[in-house]
Amino acid sequence: MPDTISPDGSTASAPPSARVPFQLTEPLDWPAEGPTRVPFRVYHDPEILRLEHERIFRGPVWNYLCMEIEIPNKGDFKTTFVGEIPVIVTHNRDGEVHAMVNRCAHKGALVCLTERGNKQRLSCVYHSWTYDLTGQLRGVAFQDGLRGKGGMPEDFDLKQHRLEPLRVAVYNGIVFGTFSDETPDIETFLGKTVCDTLKRNFSRPHKIIGYHSQIIHNNWKLYAENVRDSYHATLLHTFYTTFKINRLDMDGGMILAEPIPWHSLSYAKRATIKEDEGYKDVRSAQFDETALAGPELLESFHEFDDNITHMIQSNFPNLTFQFTLNSLAVRHFVPKGTDKTELHWYYIGYDDDTPEQEEMRINQGNLTGAAGYVSLEDGCINEFVQRGSHFSENAEEFLEMGGKTVESSEASRATEVSIRGFWTGYRDIMGFGA
Amino acid sequence: MELTADLRARVDDLFLDYAYCIDDDNPEIWPDFFTDDGLYEVTTRESDQRGLPMAIMRCKGMGQIRDRITALRKANIFEDHHYSHIISRPRLTANGGASIHARTSLVVYRTMHDGKQERFVVASYDDEIVEQDGALKFKKRRVVLDSRRVDVLLVYPI
Repeated sequence: MPDTISPDGSTASAPPSARVPFQLTEPLDWPAEGPTRVPFRVYHDPEILRLEHERIFRGPVWNYLCMEIEIPNKGDFKTTFVGEIPVIVTHNRDGEVHAMVNRCAHKGALVCLTERGNKQRLSCVYHSWTYDLTGQLRGVAFQDGLRGKGGMPEDFDLKQHRLEPLRVAVYNGIVFGTFSDETPDIETFLGKTVCDTLKRNFSRPHKIIGYHSQIIHNNWKLYAENVRDSYHATLLHTFYTTFKINRLDMDGGMILAEPIPWHSLSYAKRATIKEDEGYKDVRSAQFDETALAGPELLESFHEFDDNITHMIQSNFPNLTFQFTLNSLAVRHFVPKGTDKTELHWYYIGYDDDTPEQEEMRINQGNLTGAAGYVSLEDGCINEFVQRGSHFSENAEEFLEMGGKTVESSEASRATEVSIRGFWTGYRDIMGFGA
Repeated sequence: MELTADLRARVDDLFLDYAYCIDDDNPEIWPDFFTDDGLYEVTTRESDQRGLPMAIMRCKGMGQIRDRITALRKANIFEDHHYSHIISRPRLTANGGASIHARTSLVVYRTMHDGKQERFVVASYDDEIVEQDGALKFKKRRVVLDSRRVDVLLVYPI
């Protein structure tokens, strides 16, 4: 790594922003067809994961950190990950939310060792370096030595050391963080459709009613594709189709964010089904609605005047919100290497739910999650792509369902347009574009 | 119910019959281990500690219990695999009423169709057992997973 040379000839470490960016050993040339093709190398190459940390997770995007309701009190903290970088989110005594890398400024050890808690100070167990809840260093053990000997040098300055900070934005109860000074404000980054959807779903007081995680053995981007793939949903997840929770012959659409189409919203209105002949050949017809022995599983109540009963909203890079019937959940999928991802499922209810409404949300929780009737297949389907594409790095995905364009599709959800939108944004931010 | 030696032996049989019905790919008889108003849940130690009411899998009543098996046979798609349940002796507690409580530790190994084999679950059963028409049945069987992480997917009951 080249250091800067000062006029007197001495060298000094370059600040992080001036360091020479990481480069792939072998450059990646994206196929000329653009976002209708995806080279399988992006799921397997550890160098690409490293570059994603530099350009995406540490780059100009707002990353999901946590729900504000997870840190309701002063002193509360929650640990999470941005990409694979460990991060602490705190509720400071001034009422502000702060975020910082969970890496001691001394030796790099984890500072917070639990996923949640309440503390006045954050103290590293290794050498008792102690930080306030903004991440500023406040004390160092034996700073002045013992019995007048040892200790830090005289020029040691507590103010020069802190946990590496992220900028934070709290939007409708969702806490986002970014490492980059170039990230636009949160509403610009999310775009109008995402902002409107978050307001619809999270502006009322809400609470976590369930949580678990699922280890899926695939690259994180395969799940990012999977949640944007409305084409597969009613084919692979036959339970959806059979019980008419979500079919492509309902009124619905796919809205891409502007100006970068990397976020998207897929929605459907269950009351508008017009059964289409196209489903005659679909495998799911084996199990018809009258066969459900416990139909109360699908009991639901009317919640929103827009009549939308199925909503999947996906944000770049690794966040999805679902609202299926009355089941609202946050899905945060965190990379753990090139071929493993931890998918966190946070289920949400509203504070003013009646016991009957909460019971319906709990029952409908059977639809999604690691054991979900309409989602458990996603636990393995992305792994099938990961396994199928091993050592086929020069081969590529073919994504032309619904055409080759990258624009909102309000007429049909039998399309891969939202996946093409993801790759359009990905190519640009990674510098793989034409 | 009184904790007689005879009852303990019948509980042992109940637990083994339950485990082998799943391990031997005979989940069609799984609903028979429950009362008509029975509750089956798979949740996590963390959810219990935090008081989160939602489970990972939950069947309330015989209809939902049967639907889980119908769905895994007819609707859901997954790679072929089977479980092997290793269960401890249950710790039984009488409550002076018509049921007994049982807590049991268990480990489930999962073997995939291609031979891949791993520990899938470490958990405990939290059960309420009643006698109905001369047979012991679960009025409640909660599987409390030690870890909040589920590897790949959960489709067969535990």
